[in-house]
Amino acid sequence: MRIVVARRVSQGFFLLLFVWFCLVATVGGGFLQLRGWPINWLLSLDPLTALGTMLATHTLYAPLLWGLGVLALTFFIGRFFCGFACPLGTLNQMTGWLARLGRAAKDRAEDNHPGRAQAVKYALLAFFLGCAALGGLQTGLLDPLPLVFRSVNLALLPLADPGVGVVHDAPRHYEGVWWIGLMFLAILALNAVRPRFFCRFICPLGALFGLAARVAPWRIGKATDKTCGDCRLCESHCEGGCRPSGTLVVSECLLCCNCLDRCPSGRIGFAGRASAAGETALPDFSRRGAVTLLAAGAAGAMSAPLWRVEDAAGLGRSPSLIRPPGSLDEERFLARCIRCGQCLRVCPSNIIQPSVTTAGLIGLWTPILNYRLGRSGCQPNCIACGQVCPTAAIRPLTLQEKLGQGDHAAAGPLRLGTAFVDRTRCLPWAMGRPCIVCQEVCPVSPKAIFVREVFEPVRGGRLPLAGVRGSTLALARPLAVSGNAASGDYYVRLLGAPEANPVRLVGGGGAELALAAALPGAASGREVEVLIHLMQPHVDPARCVGCGMCEHECPVSGLRAIRVTSENESRSGPGRMLA
Amino acid sequence: MTLSQKPGVPGDGSSPDSSGRPADLDRRQFLRRLAGASILAVAAGGLGAALYDPKGPAGVAGGKVLAGLGDFRAAPPPAGQPRLATVHGADRRAMFALGVKALGGMEAFVSRGDVVLLKVNAAFASPAILGATTHPDLLAAAVEACRAAGAARVVVTDNPINSPESCFEVSGLAGAARSCGATILLPRPALFSPLTLPGGRLLTDWPVLAGAFAGVTKVIALSPVKDHQRAGASMSLKNFYGLLGGRRNIFHQDINGVIAELGQLLRPTLVVLDGVSAMMANGPTGGSLADLKATNTMIFSADPVAADTLGVALLGRTPVDLPYLALAQAAGVGTMDVASLAPVTLSLDKAAG
Ligand code: SF4
Ligand code: SF4
Repeated sequence: MRIVVARRVSQGFFLLLFVWFCLVATVGGGFLQLRGWPINWLLSLDPLTALGTMLATHTLYAPLLWGLGVLALTFFIGRFFCGFACPLGTLNQMTGWLARLGRAAKDRAEDNHPGRAQAVKYALLAFFLGCAALGGLQTGLLDPLPLVFRSVNLALLPLADPGVGVVHDAPRHYEGVWWIGLMFLAILALNAVRPRFFCRFICPLGALFGLAARVAPWRIGKATDKTCGDCRLCESHCEGGCRPSGTLVVSECLLCCNCLDRCPSGRIGFAGRASAAGETALPDFSRRGAVTLLAAGAAGAMSAPLWRVEDAAGLGRSPSLIRPPGSLDEERFLARCIRCGQCLRVCPSNIIQPSVTTAGLIGLWTPILNYRLGRSGCQPNCIACGQVCPTAAIRPLTLQEKLGQGDHAAAGPLRLGTAFVDRTRCLPWAMGRPCIVCQEVCPVSPKAIFVREVFEPVRGGRLPLAGVRGSTLALARPLAVSGNAASGDYYVRLLGAPEANPVRLVGGGGAELALAAALPGAASGREVEVLIHLMQPHVDPARCVGCGMCEHECPVSGLRAIRVTSENESRSGPGRMLA
Repeated sequence: MTLSQKPGVPGDGSSPDSSGRPADLDRRQFLRRLAGASILAVAAGGLGAALYDPKGPAGVAGGKVLAGLGDFRAAPPPAGQPRLATVHGADRRAMFALGVKALGGMEAFVSRGDVVLLKVNAAFASPAILGATTHPDLLAAAVEACRAAGAARVVVTDNPINSPESCFEVSGLAGAARSCGATILLPRPALFSPLTLPGGRLLTDWPVLAGAFAGVTKVIALSPVKDHQRAGASMSLKNFYGLLGGRRNIFHQDINGVIAELGQLLRPTLVVLDGVSAMMANGPTGGSLADLKATNTMIFSADPVAADTLGVALLGRTPVDLPYLALAQAAGVGTMDVASLAPVTLSLDKAAG
């Protein structure tokens, strides 16, 4: 088989695998659902994730060992990952090819001329590694694997849901996903400017592979530097922009093997020695390149303490910064999260959202919980997010640990925050209307929300009696309440008898009130007052786990009358609210 | 017209020119453009006419389409035959068989070729053992009985509170449905249509799960018995809450009113109230085995008011504690006069022994 055919087969395989993993990243046991598919395997293959988290956490989380394997292979044969496996690379290659259909070979060769700007990605790599070394892992912003998963899962697949229900029955929503989608479109569109634009100029993972490829013993190259017709057919299809016809820029070759396939005289091939026409690599360590890299790395390292000065992760943190269950404390979380969006995608409640501003600039697109969106709060019996997190920024919890049962009984349930009743918005507190949906949906047993019952006089509810017949009161003036007087929530009491038990209204309106029982002491000429029976919610902070069911279901639809903030969250350890 | 002709006139006049051809071309091009412009103009006019709206938009969008989800009651049995059955026991499948037999057998409710909709309570993604959802054994028994009676299709649905897939999966309802050949219908936006109940105060222009009823000829509600702080209890009638869409929680401001209206929304063929184990406290979510009590009772009737009137005793409460029962009775949903339905009480142990 020709090697480019093998490459295309491999690219197709990895692309299909990628699409498959995206499709099945939904909770459930069906064929098109999670049911144990290794949906993180492609993300685990990423050595930049491994290196970044290693720098930031000084450990290597087990699944990321795959990434080191890929890196090790790169040391031997160069950037095979870019050419044969990377799904974003394949998408770039396809769009670049489409954009150039029918273009003359000479123009194509011109497009593929190597340029200085190809060194930019090395500076970006140095910048990100500098960040990571000081604990702010930002690689995920441009690392192609998290980027392509995030883009497709959050921006592309949900487009197929509403009405059609390709993956989900109900539409999925992600806050600020506009920017994620736009960035993805821009990356694809840039391939019209240059083939594999992102891969050549921006990709920090490509840069890492480029550095590794410098030592590769087996490499592509020309067998001889003489007798070449200089037809440059090789260059007209070179994906890497690495000048196979002349002095090969070895770090840029991403092993598309097009040169090898196109050369009419078979001068290009794999060999255990350097290209006979000469080799060079980017960046050039001897001079300016080294300085640029150092400067970029230093800038990255500087930016991490700057984030700390901002204190978006510490005391200055937004109270609405609530992380999914099992998330590490903020500092350690930021040292691991690569913003791949797997947790956002898998959450059946769709409450995990990409942070735009809540987590600060350092936490752009990291997962936060937004209980106003989605289907419900965090479901007590769900631990999906921790199971799919490829770096354990969200730990893989067991249900027992989340619920505080069995071995974890002493530690108690995991808390995401605490709910606070806003008495200026809560219907029974502020509007004299019964409600307590929050109490109803609170999934903690015994409930974290309890109620105190009160009877409050309703507006315009003081009524002089014109007569009394058993349990029916005739009114001198008709009753006008805004609610349903017969709803069972309204009661009547003799005016000036605050100690007397109110009697329930079972019918009424107009000039008569029907009571559930006779009202002692009622007589024509006396006055009664109509009361509404209210149950006012209170949160027991010792029981509340911050799941947000109450906030999600609160019928006050704008700013909810009960809201969860991060107080008392388990992951902050000694940040407890209650003594 | 005149305007468009004028520029053409000089061209026309000069057509027998020295060369001839360019003028010909000019004219052809002009005619082609004229045709193109005319087509576009007519199309634009047609589009305008088709979309013409002389009144401007109404204040609130959405048509008022439905007046109810339907009357699925079977023909009433001959006088004197029981229309309410209480079965004591612990084996849901056997209790279901016995209860249905007491009311004349499944054939009295489901006939050959019927499409049966089973309205379960799948509100929470909570395992069956916690009793917050309809028990999968009860669902399985009902599906099998429907199929044995010749039902062409059995559909199971609910619009739960947590994510629908999780609710049906975790509660075991999806598994039970799969294994006895019923289909689960998950709520999705396209299944909801606005409904205005005639004479309704609360259910006006409100989205309901009407799409689940397409082609359905019989409806059976399978509900657990649960405590409920606001409504007093969650049983058959409260279970119909799961047919509402939208931000339905606002109805908690008049919970008794809305439950009475839910009874008018739909006349079920049969309701089964599962009190084998009742959630005595902390409802309707529960979350702990400590919230449950073995009450070993299952109640069958076509009348949800009667079933709930009996069922509330399992929670140690009285029908007076549930004002919605009287409201529903007044609205003609059913009767609280249980004795008028010639009730029978059976016990599984005795029947078996
Ligand atoms: S555990 Fe909670 S936040 Fe995580 S996926 Fe499940 S429901 Fe969503
Ligand atoms: S956030 Fe707290 S009060 Fe609200 S539902 Fe969850 S546990 Fe209950």
